[in-house]
Amino acid sequence: MEARGATGDVPRERHGRAPRWLLGLLPLVLIAVAIGAFVGLGGPGLGGRAGPPIEELAVERTVLKPGRFELTLRNDGPDAVRVVQVQVNDAFVGFSGAEKPIGRLGSETIGVRQPWVEGEAYSVALLTSTGATIAHEIPVAVETPANNLSFFALMALLGIYVGVIPVALGMLWLPWVRRIPATWLQAVMALTVGLLAFLVIDATLEGLDVAAQGSQAFGGAALVFVGMAVAYLLLSGVSAWLGDRRERARDAGASGARLALLIAVGIGLHNLGEGVAIGSSYAVGALALGAFLIVGFAIHNTTEGLAIVAPVASYRPSIRRLAVLGLIAGAPAVLGAWIGAAAFNTSVAAFLFGMGAGAIVQVVVQLLPSLRDRAGRTLHPVAVGGMLAGMAIMFVTGLAVSV
Amino acid sequence: MLAGAALLEGRPTSAAEHHQAAAATAAPEHSDVHGGFRGRVDNAANGFDPHVLLRDFDWGKTRRLASGRVLRSFELVALEQEIEVAPGVRFPAWTYNGRIPGPTIRAREGERLQIAFANGSNHPHTVHFHGIHPASMDGVPGQGAGIIEPGQRTVYEFDALPFGMHLYHCHVRPLAEHIAKGMFGAFIIDPADGREDADEMVMVMHGLDTNFDRENEIYAVNGVGFAYMDPPIRVRRGELVRLYLGNMTEFDPINSYHLHGNFFHYYPTGTSLRPSELTDTVMQCQGQRGILEWRFPSTGRFMFHAHQSEFTELGWQGFFEVVD
Repeated sequence: MEARGATGDVPRERHGRAPRWLLGLLPLVLIAVAIGAFVGLGGPGLGGRAGPPIEELAVERTVLKPGRFELTLRNDGPDAVRVVQVQVNDAFVGFSGAEKPIGRLGSETIGVRQPWVEGEAYSVALLTSTGATIAHEIPVAVETPANNLSFFALMALLGIYVGVIPVALGMLWLPWVRRIPATWLQAVMALTVGLLAFLVIDATLEGLDVAAQGSQAFGGAALVFVGMAVAYLLLSGVSAWLGDRRERARDAGASGARLALLIAVGIGLHNLGEGVAIGSSYAVGALALGAFLIVGFAIHNTTEGLAIVAPVASYRPSIRRLAVLGLIAGAPAVLGAWIGAAAFNTSVAAFLFGMGAGAIVQVVVQLLPSLRDRAGRTLHPVAVGGMLAGMAIMFVTGLAVSV
Repeated sequence: MLAGAALLEGRPTSAAEHHQAAAATAAPEHSDVHGGFRGRVDNAANGFDPHVLLRDFDWGKTRRLASGRVLRSFELVALEQEIEVAPGVRFPAWTYNGRIPGPTIRAREGERLQIAFANGSNHPHTVHFHGIHPASMDGVPGQGAGIIEPGQRTVYEFDALPFGMHLYHCHVRPLAEHIAKGMFGAFIIDPADGREDADEMVMVMHGLDTNFDRENEIYAVNGVGFAYMDPPIRVRRGELVRLYLGNMTEFDPINSYHLHGNFFHYYPTGTSLRPSELTDTVMQCQGQRGILEWRFPSTGRFMFHAHQSEFTELGWQGFFEVVD
């Protein structure tokens, strides 16, 4: 201690002469030099590669046009892959694209000429320069809808049916929740928490499902959880920021309004993911657009409207404000349907599902304090009953829809 | 009225009109019309051209023995090399003399044959000939010279018997692997009195398991898939065509040959001078072979291929171009 104290000033002075930015930059420069030398010398001491190149290609998107498959490929593996021939159902076929090797994480779209028949199954094999084959199944051949105006209109209509209208209908419970006793309102809030908890599970599972189907190059299932964390943190930040502002304004209904907005944003993100699922299923012909499905979604999503209006029961928001909340919660379904049908990408979809789940987790965390009874307990009988009822409603109405 | 019936009642269209229609609609690529590959195989890099190999017969070197008999000697070397078996697809092949199939060894009935075999590869090999010979010359492990290890050599010696179309291949286990990688060839013994002059060619049918899953990704005759599609094999109208056909396909029990617009005489194993049948399709099991003879009465392009459509569209098809 003493010795250090005696010489303590000397090194501090010496360091003081070097600018701070230089000290921050120095390690980076050294790392860059080390990497440069390592690569320049060809990785000294490592020798050659053990074994043949690893060739991995994921098919990210399949588009069926008359007489033609279009496959968007993504190189998942560590080595470049060269697609040299293509087989469909055990026959070599003509194809275009992928003239050059596809590098790591690189993407390329190939057009495969095949006079396909609607409703039949096709198995595509990509033959690489080493003779390896990469298989891709098209279980049911259906023409991919063209991205024209009428298609976008149809997707918008679908989004409005399953997103905007049900949420708006659910918000019609507002006059009722205003008149019910405080205990009932608490039960309704608990019901909302139950609904949302179910949506979290639903969105997470669907996200993991989507992530497992496509390219793993960008993290696969990890993207769901990253999306969850991003949405949770962003909404928490926004919530804290709104809280600061409202506190200064000393608005009586502020916390209720803030909560309603957060719930609307959370449900909106969830509906974005739902829209993606619907749009992409429709695009690959896996979605039967029956009235039953639409009715099922409507009932399922109506409860989301209730979740938005429950926190604002104590004050009187304008009709305009309510309309905005409804649109924030429901309209993303339209956007999601467009994305899902026109530019589906499993990595993006997994991330969006994760964001939806994370946003709702944040909303649930925000809602929980409002459930406290006089003794300060959150999980009192009324709340537990409400939550279970909420989950039961989502489970039963969820049986009607499977995308 | 059904649309089909309306079509049938309409004026028949000629082949020429069809051709014009095809040319008018955005000129479909060759591979769209008949199946095929994108790009071309570099025959020079492979070291052999299937079109040359087709009519390439190795008669060896001859010397007359004191007894007056002809001694015919050949050389085979086992090699490892990458072969482009379809455009862009590099196959790590094992070959005799750097080609698939190996040299077509040809002799006359009753001659004495000496086949010097050197193993220039990193794996043990043999040469097992179909024919009549002593057990010590059978080219299987444990008999005679047995397995020929890398860097070793041996000489197989036996009489050319019986006349016909035969095969030779490596007989080291795992058999399917050694054969599927390319260690096989045709072995033709002519009758003592010879055969009628003809445009002679040899085709050995085989498969290529490029991803080692014990199924063939590509089917071919003479090493390269679709090798005789473009350009086709040119033959003369009215001239006798004699095809020595053998099957060395692994992983599929049978293969077949079908000729368009014509019929051929089929001589199973080529051991009789009398054909067994006049047909346009013949089936061969693994290791089976025979001789086909026919003449084209008219000019034009005539297809030939396996009559297993899967094999056809995976590489085993070609064209004869008949010219005056």
